Amino acid sequence: MSFELETAAVAGENLRRVAIDPVSRVEGHGKVTILLDEHNKVHQVRLHIVEFRGFERFIQGRPYWEVPVMVQRLCGICPVSHHLAASKALDVIVGADRLTPTAEKMRRLMHYGQILQSHALHFFHLSSPDLLFGFDSEVSRRNIVGVAEKYPDIARRGILLRKYGQEVIRHTAGKRVHGTGSVPGGVNKSLTAAERAELLKDVYQMIAWSRDAVKIIKELHEQNPALYDRFGTFPSNFMGMVAPDGSLDLYHGVLRAKDAAGNILFDHVDYQTYDTLITEEVKPWSYMKFPYFTSMGPEQGWYRVGPLARVQNCDSIPTPFAEHERREFVAYAGGKPMHATLGYHWARMIEMLFAAETIKELLHDDALAGSDLVVAGERRHEGVGVIEAPRGTLFHHYQVGDDDLVTMANLIVSTTNNNQAMNSAVREVAKQYLDGKEITEGLLNHIEVAIRAYDPCLSCATHALGKMPLEVTLLDAGGRMLDRKYKS
Amino acid sequence: MSSETLDAGMTPRKLKVATVSLAGCFGCHMSFLDIDERILPLLERVEFDRSPITDIKHCGPCDIGLIEGGVCNAENVHVLREFRANCKVLIALGACAVNGGLPAQRNHLELADILQQVYRTGHGLAEGSQIPNDPELPLPLNQVHAVHEVVRIDYFLPGCPPSGDAIWAFLTQLIKGRAPTLGHGLLQYD
Ligand code: SF4
Repeated sequence: MSFELETAAVAGENLRRVAIDPVSRVEGHGKVTILLDEHNKVHQVRLHIVEFRGFERFIQGRPYWEVPVMVQRLCGICPVSHHLAASKALDVIVGADRLTPTAEKMRRLMHYGQILQSHALHFFHLSSPDLLFGFDSEVSRRNIVGVAEKYPDIARRGILLRKYGQEVIRHTAGKRVHGTGSVPGGVNKSLTAAERAELLKDVYQMIAWSRDAVKIIKELHEQNPALYDRFGTFPSNFMGMVAPDGSLDLYHGVLRAKDAAGNILFDHVDYQTYDTLITEEVKPWSYMKFPYFTSMGPEQGWYRVGPLARVQNCDSIPTPFAEHERREFVAYAGGKPMHATLGYHWARMIEMLFAAETIKELLHDDALAGSDLVVAGERRHEGVGVIEAPRGTLFHHYQVGDDDLVTMANLIVSTTNNNQAMNSAVREVAKQYLDGKEITEGLLNHIEVAIRAYDPCLSCATHALGKMPLEVTLLDAGGRMLDRKYKS
Repeated sequence: MSSETLDAGMTPRKLKVATVSLAGCFGCHMSFLDIDERILPLLERVEFDRSPITDIKHCGPCDIGLIEGGVCNAENVHVLREFRANCKVLIALGACAVNGGLPAQRNHLELADILQQVYRTGHGLAEGSQIPNDPELPLPLNQVHAVHEVVRIDYFLPGCPPSGDAIWAFLTQLIKGRAPTLGHGLLQYD
């Protein structure tokens, strides 16, 4: 099936192609193509994911305990998400139905450290140039360097918020990027008194700066509602995980979805059964699949995940400052669901504050210093692990044989869940801003602004491999043939 | 933390630095950002050309090029050659660029089989799913290659990823015009 502006009605030579390649200030490898006629009317817009990896396939045959360390290499921006989603799936396999308090809290701390660093990176390093300077401001200034020159305080706080999150990860996982702290059934280290003291020293500053960050984005919305409410806005379903009591929990819980009007579609779903809910469609022009709720079909059943979905899916946030900000957010939207693409940034900063407050609470918990790290129980052959990664719901599903080797792996990464949403957003922006106009660099950046709101990690969305009808030959520096591409 | 520092005012001209992720996971770029607030003095000495953190889409003439990731498709080859042609010094940053890294684990498998499994017979796919084949998608190579197999590389910085401190020590020496060496604790293979 095809959506409006997905496929030009007349495939033709008389349409002009404009490409944004690569999409920048996002993580990963993607490009946008736009087909226009001689009056600059937009006929087709597509966000293509152009990279391929093959992780799901080459994990097969590996011993299961290697998996949490291997799968991190899908994505260096939120490696902790993959590390933990895989560990949670393997908890099921080793029969660890209940982790020790030390293990559960160390993992939570690691995860909220990551939410903090990733949200800070995304907001300050990648998106703030658009929001602070304007979508069509000068290219040379539209980056974190430009922000550091004009708003040195904002840039510095962004850098230090990210640094703090990375330090939480280092103390829990052993390393800032691609650590090894989580293992099937638990963790392999607890927190020393020195590590705890070091992290506690700065946490109040991080909470204060996170509150300021929410203020920055809230004020941007309030100053220019015409732009912030309308830019790339479209209705959709929302999905995310919540705690069993309906409050926000990014580490563990049950699945809940709401429709565009805010009515519950499903709730309290055990994620071990995720595959009865979701089907994935493949389109010929992207390596990233398009998931949808099976019961509703591809046209009605696609959905959004991530901060905008989560902040509106939950009934409350369990930390005081973030809960206060959630209520402001809900009030701003007049009690109706907010569907604005730029609302993602606001929701993201509320979550960053939630992460900072949660880290503070965890650091006061003596269980972090415990020595009971790993449990095991009845061995199983299949397990699903789900986590709310910075960009949204992340599914890891494995089957393991009696010989401990993985026989099947299926991953639905956060950005894949938002694939249709990102395509809808760029089409909406093309209709609002590009249609009939002379295309300029500044206008094209509007398309990227919409993509950046989702903070796509196109890097980890591309664990598959593609096939092309042509053939290329790869020659080395000396002109010898190294490889030929796959020929159909 | 590495003891290297950057004294301001030593070189008159800012050095141009370009960075790219080929078949990598962006972890090496994240590790670069793990130099944390040291990025601020660095920015007094260097200027970024094409990089995931700027909106410059093609590499122009540069002093230093940092390549993350190996080569897995025709597009990677093209970008890598563009970097070699434009950068005076080209650096393979991290295990994937140095030797293909984890993505090269697909090298012992048949590409056709992987495609078949991921897009046709995989778990939870819609009926009739086909392997993507649009001309907008770059041509995949049968194998993932290290970058030095395709172009000449001046320096190799191992690690998955190399630490922020290692990247800092390496760059500060290079910027001062020395041949970089990494001391104890900075050179890692993981
Ligand atoms: S070397 Fe490691 S961190 Fe760097 S791109 Fe490869 S997998 Fe990612």
